[in-house]
Amino acid sequence: MAAKKQQESFEELYRRLEETVARLEQGGLPLEESLALYEEGMALARRCQALLDAAELKITRLREAVVEAGAPERPPPAESEEAEPL
Amino acid sequence: MQIYAVSDITTYLRELLESDLHLADLWVSGEVSNLVRSTAGHLYFTLKDESSQLRCVFFRRPIMGEPLENGQQVVAHGRISLYETRGDLQFYVDFVQPEGIGALQMELERLKAQLQEEGLFEEARKRPLPRFPRRIGVATSPTGAVFHDICQILARRWPLVEVVLAPTAVQGPEAASGLIHALVALNDEPGVDVIIAARGGGSVEELWAFNAEAVARAIYASGVPVVSGVGHETDYTIADFVADVRAPTPSAAAELAVPDRMEVLVRLGVLAATMAGEVKGLLDEGRAEVQATVVRLERTTPDLAGRRLRVDELTRAGTSAIESCLRSLRQGVQGFALQLRSLDPQATLGRGYALVQRDGHAVTSVREVTVGERLGVRVSDGEFPVRVETAGRGRRGRARRGERQRPQQAPLFR
Repeated sequence: MAAKKQQESFEELYRRLEETVARLEQGGLPLEESLALYEEGMALARRCQALLDAAELKITRLREAVVEAGAPERPPPAESEEAEPL
Repeated sequence: MQIYAVSDITTYLRELLESDLHLADLWVSGEVSNLVRSTAGHLYFTLKDESSQLRCVFFRRPIMGEPLENGQQVVAHGRISLYETRGDLQFYVDFVQPEGIGALQMELERLKAQLQEEGLFEEARKRPLPRFPRRIGVATSPTGAVFHDICQILARRWPLVEVVLAPTAVQGPEAASGLIHALVALNDEPGVDVIIAARGGGSVEELWAFNAEAVARAIYASGVPVVSGVGHETDYTIADFVADVRAPTPSAAAELAVPDRMEVLVRLGVLAATMAGEVKGLLDEGRAEVQATVVRLERTTPDLAGRRLRVDELTRAGTSAIESCLRSLRQGVQGFALQLRSLDPQATLGRGYALVQRDGHAVTSVREVTVGERLGVRVSDGEFPVRVETAGRGRRGRARRGERQRPQQAPLFR
């Protein structure tokens, strides 16, 4: 089950969540099945949110890395060697 | 007795004249007369003094000098021969100048004209000096200030250069050959890329070696470019004309031969700064481009907020759906419960209805009842007996129909 979880993309999970909610909204299902669907739906929603959280964290980290590299107060060492006066 | 032909005699005389060394290289002064210019441009005239005259011909050449006039006192250089065709003694002139100039000077002018004609002074053949010479040959006197000054200037301006001295006399009878040997030696010396031929200021006689024809030819023949630095600024010798570069003085020759260290260093500094500036400019440009691309990247950040919203919406929708599902089920159940409650016989009794019984079975029809019989009445909190006093009144039509449709009632109390 864990391996299957890693392969599923956000789009896949989201699609399944949509389908689940659509079936619940349709109604006419036995109680047990409704409950099972609801449980599955909430699990899918949780996983979606988790993926979004992970993406947001990654973006923040990447941004920070670029800002750090481009900071003018700390030029890379190679540059200062070239500019030595004769 | 030998009888000769005329041409034998003229030939003999001509050869006799031409074999005389004095007559081959002669300076003659006299007055110009009977000057005629032929259509071809040759000059024919007579040089005369008080008692004699000499026929002259000056064949047209590129450099003729100042135009001659009848009556002019001139000095002419040339050779004597016999013009056989007419049997005339002729002075073949190659150089004429008005009299009044010193002999040395005249010879100088003549030589200068001759060498110029030969092309020794041509600008086109003068070679450029190397920009950064490595070995400089100096042909000058080993004593005196000239060599010392030259070395000092070279050391100050361009200490990288090596100096090779070819010592020679620079005046007197040994000077000309000395200079020639020096030039040859410096050409043979490996690595010499410039030669300075120099001597300090002096009189025309003292500078004379630098006017020697052989020296001029040696300078011309030098494979290494020659810089002449002779005397003072106003002194011009033939060596100055032949040299690849003429410097007004020996010190000036040293300055021309090498670049100035300080200027070169400054220029290097400028070049380095320019390069650094260019590189920095490129880096800044690169950085700016990267930044611009980063901005574009930022705009393409996946829409997490939107997705989050949608997930939230679905969650809410799902929750709503399940809740409404439960609600409707619950309502259904509650409805049934209400129905059940209303069906509860105890509730009916509580509402004031009474149950009439005969032996535990319910009595539901008026016709079932006989007058005087004992029946039981059950109410909500118990039961009591009753006796039927009079016959009951029923609703006939209705009762009949009701008989057929009367539901079977199971015993309610066990």
